[in-house]
Parts: sequence; C-alpha cells; structure tokens
Amino acid sequence: MPGTGERLLLIDFGSTFTKVVAVETGGPRLVGAAQAPTTVTEGIMAGLREALALLEAETGLRPGDFSRKLAASSAAGGLRMVAVGLVPELTVEAARRAALGAGAKLLQGFAYELTPEDVAQIEALDPDLLLLAGGTDGGNREVILHNARVLAGSGLRAPVIVAGNRSAAPEVERILTGGGKEVRRTENVMPELDRLNVEPARQVIRTLFFERIVHAKGLEVAQEFVGGIVMPTPAAVLQAAELLARGLPDEPGLGELLVVDVGGATTDVHSLAKGEPTKPNVAWKGLPEPFAKRTVEGDLGVRVSAATAVETIGEDRLRRLLGDPAAPIRERAAELARATGRLPATPEGRAFDQALARACVEVATERHAGRLETLYTPFGATYLQKGKDLTRLGVVIGTGGPVIRAGDPAWVLAGAVFDAGSPEVLKPEKPALFLDRQYLLAAAGLLAEVDRQAALRLMKQALVPCGEEGAHARS
Amino acid sequence: MAERKTIVLGVIGADVHAIGNKILEYAFRDAGFNVVNLGVLVSQEEFVHAAVETAADVIAVSSLYGHGEIDCRGLREKCREAGLDHLLLYVGGNLVVGKQDWAETEAKFKAMGFDRVFPPGTLPQDVIPLLRRDLGLDDGGEA
Repeated sequence: MPGTGERLLLIDFGSTFTKVVAVETGGPRLVGAAQAPTTVTEGIMAGLREALALLEAETGLRPGDFSRKLAASSAAGGLRMVAVGLVPELTVEAARRAALGAGAKLLQGFAYELTPEDVAQIEALDPDLLLLAGGTDGGNREVILHNARVLAGSGLRAPVIVAGNRSAAPEVERILTGGGKEVRRTENVMPELDRLNVEPARQVIRTLFFERIVHAKGLEVAQEFVGGIVMPTPAAVLQAAELLARGLPDEPGLGELLVVDVGGATTDVHSLAKGEPTKPNVAWKGLPEPFAKRTVEGDLGVRVSAATAVETIGEDRLRRLLGDPAAPIRERAAELARATGRLPATPEGRAFDQALARACVEVATERHAGRLETLYTPFGATYLQKGKDLTRLGVVIGTGGPVIRAGDPAWVLAGAVFDAGSPEVLKPEKPALFLDRQYLLAAAGLLAEVDRQAALRLMKQALVPCGEEGAHARS
Repeated sequence: MAERKTIVLGVIGADVHAIGNKILEYAFRDAGFNVVNLGVLVSQEEFVHAAVETAADVIAVSSLYGHGEIDCRGLREKCREAGLDHLLLYVGGNLVVGKQDWAETEAKFKAMGFDRVFPPGTLPQDVIPLLRRDLGLDDGGEA
C-alpha cells in the first residue's frame, strides 16, 4: 500500500464558483471536492469559507489538516491583458498567443503605430498587463519605439512587458521607464519570422501575476490564507493538459489531445499537439504553432454570452441541433442569460442549454483547428494548411459545467469531432471522448507544481470515458 | 562591421517549385545575407508582411510556372502602401509562358516596379554582385 504522502488543498477561485479539492499525493487519492459561489463584493474569503465548510462536511478535513494549499484564480475579471505588435498576422498574433498561453483574458490586440485613439482605448480598457511586441530581432524598430513613446506618455497604469525586436528593446525599456511605467524586458516573442518564442514572455506574465496582479485585485487576504495564488486558472488547465498529453518518463500520458471548456461567458479550447500535416502534398503556412495552444472565444458561452453566441451560431443551426424548426431561439437565449449559475427550469430550456453548448463546442473547435485550402495549380491540386492538423488526435476531453452537467454530455462533446460536411476543418476524426466530471483539471495543474506524478495519475483516474454505462459512478 | 542586409525570399502564387528556392537561400546566406525564406506558395501579402516585420532591404521573388505576370502585378504598390518605399524588388525564373521576347518581358516587369528582372537560367553568382552593388556594399565589406 502506498502511503498517504502529502495532503494538499487545491483551490480555484473561478469567476462563478470557488472550487476546493482535497488530495493525497501518495496513491494518489482524491479525498473530496466541493464548490460554492465566488464572492467578490463581500470579499473572496466568504465563498472560500463556504466551500471549505462543505468540504469539511464531506471529508471531515479542516484547513489546518493540509500541509500545503495552492490556488489559481480567474476571479475579479481574470488576468486582463492587451497585446501590441506590428503586423496583425505576425507579431500581434505571436503576442496574443503568449498572453493566451499564460492564461490571460485578452482584451484586444493592436497593430502598427498606435494612434491617439488606440491609446485612449487602451487607457479605457485599463488592463492588468500590456505585452509590447513588434519586429523580429534586427528587424523593424521604428514602430515599437513609436509605441513605447506614446505609451510612456499615456495614462496606462499596468506594467509593460517588452518582448519585441531585441535591438530596440533596451531603448524601449528606457523610454517606458522614463514615462514612469513598470517595465519587464524579456526575449522577443518572434525572434525570426518562422520562429515563435512565447515561453519567456509567458514566464514573465506568470511572475507578474503572482507578484502584482493578485494584490491589485484585492485577493491578498486569500493569498495570505493560501500561501500562494500561483497562476490564472486557464494556465493551470493548460499545464494539466500538457502533462496529461506528454506524460512522464515512468508514467505514460494519453498522447496528443484536445480540451474543450465551455463556460457561461467564453469557450476555451486547448490543443496539446504538434499539428503537423498528416496528408501528402500539403504546404504548411502561417505562424509556427505552439505544442500547447489555447484559444478563447469570447462570443461563445451559454449564460452571459448566450445572446452573442446565438448571433454567431445562427438561429437556423440551433434549430437544426434542437430538431425543432419552430423553437423560439431568442427567448430561450434570454432565459439562459437570466439563469446564471443554475440550470433552466423547463425541459425545453434545458434542451436549448444543451444544444447551445454543443454549438459552442462545434464553433470553438472549428476556429481552433487548422484548415486545409485546396489550390489548383498547373500541376493539379495542392493543399495549403493553416493552423494545426488535429485529425489524428486520439483524445478529446470536455470540461466546464455546460458540458459536464448536460443531459447527454457525449453528444455535446461530439461537436469537437471532424465533420464530413466540412472536410477542410481539421478536427479530430476518431477521438475517444472523456469528461472531467469532477472539475479536476485546474486542480491537477496546481498539483503538478508540487508533484507531477501524482497530478498525472490523478487525472488518469478521474477522467471518465463518455457514453459508457456505469462509468459515472463516483467513489 | 556593418549590419547585415535582409532578403525576403519566396516562390509567388500557386507555384510549388521548391528546389531553386532552396538553392537561392543557401547561396544568399553563403554570400553573407540574412535570408528570410518564405518557401513556396507565397502570396503578395506574405511577402509584404514579412518585409515589414524584418525591416527587409530586398524582396526576391521567384516564379517558375509561367504565371509570373499575373502573380507579381501590384506587389510594388502594396510595398508602397506598407511604407516600404526604399525596398528593392527582384524577380526571376520562368516568368512567362512560351518563347516571348526577353527584352519585352523585362520591360513589362520593370514597368511593374521591379528593380531587376532575371531570365531563365540565371545563376546565383550572377545575381549576388548586382545585389551588392544595389545595396551599396561594393566597397569590399561584408554583406
């Protein structure tokens, strides 16, 4: 019998719910889990105390019984960032990917020389962090220098991370510091045109989140109790997913995989895959793809964003999914927007909730996956691939309430599977579907900070194959 | 030592001829240039975007499948729009189909804004001295 190892309390201050998970690293064993609504106005600790009381009722464990506590947070708006670069498809996109990969909520990306209107907009957005890129190493310097000057003279309060042209970076730092801005300089997110280098910027974002942002958001009390709010929740999920995909030397992972996280406000998709072309005669275009890639769809959600999601998806597509040509789509969406934090009261409302979640999965994975474009050349057809080819992925994992609590989660999650009607969209063709039924991914990402093997084993135990009878039983 | 000059290189349009592109990349790099090779199937926008981010000095376009005239039209204008007024534009390959008069073809591409136009069979060692001259590197220094 393995020992109990260390007993850890893992906390996720989500935007809607504060979730607590108790684990023992020996084994490892999931001891218990509980959640309560996140409280912001009356202080973040109220919701945490309620969740901890529920956990104590379930397990008998009190906060003092844990040797360590770790937390992630997306409360109080999450980590709100603005990305600035030069060309939209190049350094702006590289900066966006760095921010998203660090678990940020990307408010907006800006390209070329910032205009006075752009600067006013950045001031109005009042981000927690600004990532300033532009130019490859030795490439364009004028634009990033211009942008540093106008930002230095602006009312921007956030720290600026400089991750642009290496030969301009010292001067950029000097200009911004001269304007009273807090500056962190790191490696270029795009040192060469065909090379993406987002990891150093991601690390700096994480350090700043830990050192500065948590305080700015009034989460210090929680910080004191916990000992460390170490990362934004999406970064924890991405870390867990990467560990689950890659595995460890003595504990295999699940291989390349996709995680779809549907929420009330957004739908997040994480792919842990190289995404190289799998078909012959394919030229791969566009920016190089990071192995761990996160995209966030701010217009796809089933509560706060229900109305915009209906706009994006289209009423006809939702009626087809519902199998009801007369369904009153807009009324149903309004009903969902009012049902924040709970399920709709009527069976029709619940059916719509599920159809909307399925459509969010479909569209979010369509946007995340690569596309194949057929090009007719004088030598016959050839193919251009933009983004990642995910067709060979073996595993798709669903998380987030709208997927997990759906009446038929397998159907909702199947929205992530390749559609023969749109063969140009390179979604997984024959994946096994799994559910993160106990919301364990964020907790496992935190646990990985302490014990990677325990985190990996715990995930492999806790993920439930979708659609298998009896697999839903909980220990 | 002077800063190295940057060449953005690629095969334009729906053209998949990859071998000459690789040879040019090695030859230019060997001659001391900083080469940003976009490979095959490159659109005008990709050339321009790459030149903006890398502050390139030259865009060198290859076209080997006879559709060069259609593919290259408007590239100079796009460069001007992007603020790349100083940029040198080179083009070479099998630019047109069939046996057309070279002087006419060259004049056509120069009218489109290309600074140098190279006929089929041009070798890298013929191009490099012209590049050095056009970039003002001819005082014997490194590229």
